[in-house]
Amino acid sequence: MSVLVLIDHDRGEVSEASRQAITLAEQVAEALGSPVEAVVIGAEAADIGVVDRVWHVTHSLLDDYTPGGWGEVLAQLVAQEMPAAVVAPGSDRGNEVLAHLAALLDLPMVANVTELDPSGDVWSLQRVRWGGSLLERGELEAAVRLVSAAPHVFPPAETEGSSPVVEFQPTLEEGQVVDRVAERVTVSEGVTLATAPVVVSGGRGVGGPEGFGPLEELAELLGGAVGCSRVVTNNGWRPHSDQVGQTGTRVAPDVYIACGISGAIQHWVGMMASKHVIAINTDAEAPMVTKADYAVIGDVAELVPAIVDEVKRRR
Amino acid sequence: MRLLVCVKRVPAPGAKIALTEDGRAIETAHLSFTTSPHEECAVEAAIQLKEAHGGTVEVLTLGPPEAEEQLRYAASVGADGATLVPTDGSDVDPQATAAGLLSAIRSLEAERGPFDLVLFGNESADAGNFQVGIRVAHGLGRPVVSGIKGIEVEGETAVARRQTASGFEVYRLPLPAVLAVKEGIALPRYPTLSGRLKSKKLEVRRHETELAPGGQRMVRFESPPEQEVRTEFLSDAVAVVDVLEKLGVL
Repeated sequence: MSVLVLIDHDRGEVSEASRQAITLAEQVAEALGSPVEAVVIGAEAADIGVVDRVWHVTHSLLDDYTPGGWGEVLAQLVAQEMPAAVVAPGSDRGNEVLAHLAALLDLPMVANVTELDPSGDVWSLQRVRWGGSLLERGELEAAVRLVSAAPHVFPPAETEGSSPVVEFQPTLEEGQVVDRVAERVTVSEGVTLATAPVVVSGGRGVGGPEGFGPLEELAELLGGAVGCSRVVTNNGWRPHSDQVGQTGTRVAPDVYIACGISGAIQHWVGMMASKHVIAINTDAEAPMVTKADYAVIGDVAELVPAIVDEVKRRR
Repeated sequence: MRLLVCVKRVPAPGAKIALTEDGRAIETAHLSFTTSPHEECAVEAAIQLKEAHGGTVEVLTLGPPEAEEQLRYAASVGADGATLVPTDGSDVDPQATAAGLLSAIRSLEAERGPFDLVLFGNESADAGNFQVGIRVAHGLGRPVVSGIKGIEVEGETAVARRQTASGFEVYRLPLPAVLAVKEGIALPRYPTLSGRLKSKKLEVRRHETELAPGGQRMVRFESPPEQEVRTEFLSDAVAVVDVLEKLGVL
């Protein structure tokens, strides 16, 4: 019995979350003595080393992403292979497709697993709740175990190289893919908040929409993106797409610069995977300051422009 | 349009969460409760659709009797009807939750006809199972897309936008359909005084149903280990730039 791992990819480039899911799948497969087999859906095949086999699922109706369609073809592959488990990335797409699969096969599904022990019939596990501020010990009993890997918990697998590819042709009808992407609209080119190496993020302490000017300038200089806290979007200072946190975007940059952000738990869980945190705040007791690697106490309106000037001076 | 929004009562996000001694529940004595943020926005989105197209908005929840509070809150901002699937307040697994909601929706639809659109939050703030709306959609045999941050209705089609890293994807679903939405789709309004008065008189319908457990079991909660961080305090902007240089991002 194999362990299948669902791959999310953009024109053949395997997503970071998928590489984390491969690591979880490898851990489970090793404990079971099973092979790991990747599932790549769509016309574009992705080259993936490290796994034992790649199932390449193609169909004329699968040219673009369709959550229901992906769930359906995965269900057909699962019915044929009866794997011990299906592991998905803990991304929007990964959790969504896995939920379709779970609904189609009437199987339980555990989202955002941080630990999984596959010994015995009932698997024990740990998963995240509250976006990561609470953990849950749980059990999973099912013929095929469906789990997604919590983001930024498992180290991403190296996927260079290639593995034997087996084509899988599902049966699919137009009515099963009414949820296909009909259109794509690009709003911003270049650096995106989710993948930026540096995020310059602002909170209540920025004072208002115009206060973000220097933050934008600093982000631009560092090749980064601007983020913000929930207070900022609730006040209408920035669009919701800039919001970092449990109900916004999850980020994991090399450096997160938190400007005037107190660090409420729902914000913290959205950026706690950052490698280094620099806090700029007037309050030395703010949670963001006490949890940051570096902090400077002072007014954002004075410090950020001064940082911008100093960065320019050193260029 | 007939609209239904499924909501969940959760402890107010941002509150410090303490566990009961056996770790099987959250200590609720000092917590305030609210509607899970994605769902609060779903209610607002539904009310805006009602204002644009006419019709009714109903809300449905599965939870303890106290969850009536969240149903009344939705009524205070414009929902017309409310249904509670009562539980004993313990954690209900996502398969059982979906089955309970599905049973209530079938009963509501048998009486008054199908809902054109059923909205869910993308995931609940507390449990974060990412699946209840999708399971219910399959039970109803209707298309569903999650992660939605914009909805327009054009005739018999729901046009739904989903945010991506660089912009958005557009989905066109034939009605009736199900959508799981995210915070940011709409900014929730505050209740008016007349809305509050109206919500007090609202009759909450009760739908009792057996909740058969699924294959996922919660054993106990655990607080994540506190990470010991020694914050290094920097004196000024120059010192900050020194750090940026050291970290290799300059």
